[in-house]
Amino acid sequence: MLPELGHFSLILALCLAVVLSTLPLLGTFSGNLLWMKASRSLATGIFTFVALAFVCLTYAFVQDDFSVQYVANHSNTLLPVQYKISAVWGGHEGSLLLWILIQSAWTFAVSVYSRDLPVDMLARVLAVMGMIAVGFLLFILLTSNPFDRYLPNSPGEGSDLNPLLQDPGLIIHPPMLYMGYVGFSVAFAFAIAALLSGRLDSAWARWSRPWTNTAWAFLTIGIALGSWWAYYELGWGGWWFWDPVENASFMPWLAGTALIHSLAVTEKRGAFKSWTILLAIFAFSLSLLGTFLVRSGVLTSVHAFANDPERGVFILGFLALVIGGSLTLYALRAPVVKSVSGFGIFSRETFLLCNNILLMVVLATVLLGTLYPLIADALNWGKISVGPPYFNFFFVPLMGLLCLLLGIGPLSNWKRTDGSRFKQLLRWPLMLSLFLALIIPYLYDIHYQWSAVIAVFIAAWVALSAKSDMLYRLRHAANWLAGYKKLSASYWGMVVAHIGVAISLIGIAFSSIYSDQRDLRMAPGEAVDVGGYRYQLESVVQQRGPNYQADVGTVMVFKGEQLLVTLQPEKRRYFSSSNIMTEAAIDPGLFRDLYVALGEPLDEKARNGAWAVRVHFKPFVRWIWLGSIFMALGGIVALIDKRYRKRVSARDVETAAATVVEFQKQ
Amino acid sequence: MPRLKLFIPLIVFAILAVLFWRGLSLDSTRMPSALIDKPVPAFELPTLKNENQLVGRDLFKDQVSLLNIWATWCVSCRVEHPYLVKLAQAGVPIYGVNYKDDVIAARKWLQDLHDPYVLSVVDADGRLGIDLGVFGAPETYVVDRAGVIRYKHVGVVDERIWQQTLKPIVDALR
Repeated sequence: MLPELGHFSLILALCLAVVLSTLPLLGTFSGNLLWMKASRSLATGIFTFVALAFVCLTYAFVQDDFSVQYVANHSNTLLPVQYKISAVWGGHEGSLLLWILIQSAWTFAVSVYSRDLPVDMLARVLAVMGMIAVGFLLFILLTSNPFDRYLPNSPGEGSDLNPLLQDPGLIIHPPMLYMGYVGFSVAFAFAIAALLSGRLDSAWARWSRPWTNTAWAFLTIGIALGSWWAYYELGWGGWWFWDPVENASFMPWLAGTALIHSLAVTEKRGAFKSWTILLAIFAFSLSLLGTFLVRSGVLTSVHAFANDPERGVFILGFLALVIGGSLTLYALRAPVVKSVSGFGIFSRETFLLCNNILLMVVLATVLLGTLYPLIADALNWGKISVGPPYFNFFFVPLMGLLCLLLGIGPLSNWKRTDGSRFKQLLRWPLMLSLFLALIIPYLYDIHYQWSAVIAVFIAAWVALSAKSDMLYRLRHAANWLAGYKKLSASYWGMVVAHIGVAISLIGIAFSSIYSDQRDLRMAPGEAVDVGGYRYQLESVVQQRGPNYQADVGTVMVFKGEQLLVTLQPEKRRYFSSSNIMTEAAIDPGLFRDLYVALGEPLDEKARNGAWAVRVHFKPFVRWIWLGSIFMALGGIVALIDKRYRKRVSARDVETAAATVVEFQKQ
Repeated sequence: MPRLKLFIPLIVFAILAVLFWRGLSLDSTRMPSALIDKPVPAFELPTLKNENQLVGRDLFKDQVSLLNIWATWCVSCRVEHPYLVKLAQAGVPIYGVNYKDDVIAARKWLQDLHDPYVLSVVDADGRLGIDLGVFGAPETYVVDRAGVIRYKHVGVVDERIWQQTLKPIVDALR
């Protein structure tokens, strides 16, 4: 009964979404205020019904209702309850439901938090989001209904969630990622609304900036979580593979990063207007493209969902409609929102333009590398796969250049900057970075690595020039505390995010340059020295988990004579699928991770036989994710800037007062 | 001219969309096997029950049979398994190809879930799979009396697929 209720509320949500995508727009054309205002309650309605459907599906999972096909294919009575809940988005249908849930939540949030938006603008924005909801709800209902039943013969036991997904990291990774993907639909909706109305001023940029920042911060966290998960779950210590699906999440991030920077120019200087719009369209289009690539089966990837050409055709059609439609609208209407102000060569505008160009070039190379196998196949050039060497070849130098500019850009002024200012502010960061770059790799390792010199230089350059800029801004402050308070939240957000880039850069560089990895043959009782640590395999014993049987190794790690930590890597065989999973054991640290994974038993017959054991020494690997957290944090800190709230709070006071009056009347 | 420039993103997207369209139609799962109306490729592989017993394509002579690609790691195989058991009980000869699998796990699977196969050959390195053009498990082939492949179905075989697609072909060949 409940699954039918869920199905039915999805249909209701679709009906409401159809109304939301048309009525408010008609209202803006005919000037009907009531129709425009209806958008708000419609957004609430869609969110309510989608949430109800989501609850119904979750309930079916918790209750082990295997008559529902999707539940039977992705759950099992033995599955621990937290994984039963995360299994809701463990497959194609359910993850789409999560997608639409988050999309309707964003729509709802826009309707709640955009009270200071003119009503016609809000109507347009919500209508565009309604159109996107229509597309996805139709997609779910027509091709991927999670509520389909196995009737009359429903299985007594489900076939279990993919063991790779039975992991805490994977419980929150997809929701975070989707928050980011779908969050860009807000920026997209704002862009389309601007094109429709022809209104694109700094107020417009101020409205859409917080939404873009939030979405971007979520996407940053989502990608970092995915990378962290790959690191500890896939069992071989890598954290980024340039896999098509990873690229699919990384490309919207690149476009979103460019968008955040270009929005700054649009808000402060009224320039880059049509470019900002185009970036907003790009960011969301790339999110949709990611969906298409992952779910249609045109690309093969470790993440790929079940291939279904019918679904592929649907998404491609939807893609053509959304992206084709918005780009056509852009081509026709962009001249209306022409930028007016000019800028000099050494201006902040120039640096942000360089940022945007570099990010777009990186985006283009990643896009090309991701699609190249597909293009080659479509043009009959044979089956080709593009690997990490291609991506690293372009990505590393381009990002290095971007980071170098990142050190200078924030110091520049809008419109034009005096050259002497750079000289004055950048002299000591340059000297100090050079000094650190030459000395740190020397102190860190006996083998002097020039690549590490470059990495340290760039990271120090980013951090120190930010510091120099901050000191310059505070030069008139009475004391440092008063000065720090004077700096705006936006500025702090920028600094924190840029420091995050420097941190991630160090993590990426050092973990790539100084990693050490050994595949060892170890019998219980044996000890091996790797990278200054002694690893002793104590035992390998069988243990039973809730839905798997595991070989659990006990490895004691010594530094000198002192026991540092006891690690317990596992090798699990899941009952339902007989899938074998490696659970690496990691001793995390700020400056290094010790990573032990259990391989195969080398001697099956002997009871205490030798095992293949893989040991990694991963320096600074945590910094990659730590930096991502800083970046996301920067995006969030910028949100609390006063200028985003000033008018809202004034209006809030008014409405609050009005409510009080109404209460008193009653 | 500057206005035409604004159409560039749209044009690029249009080209990409055409490529995607082609990519979709290239999608291998819908394409018939290149081996349709060709004999089952030659092989010599051990059976699952007895690794010393090597069998070849002569198995398929003189009967209309199904050849089913399966593996214990394949979730969909588990879904279709009960239906295969039903078909086998109804007298349809099914030959299994245990594809890139762990032999011990595979034996246990057949013990636990019933064995619908006349016999299963062990294709541990996926060699036969390559010759057959297997894209993934499960796949089911209809093989005629002469040992010639007549049809290939990718995905789960259930009541609907059997009644609507496979059974008419099998009946016609008989």
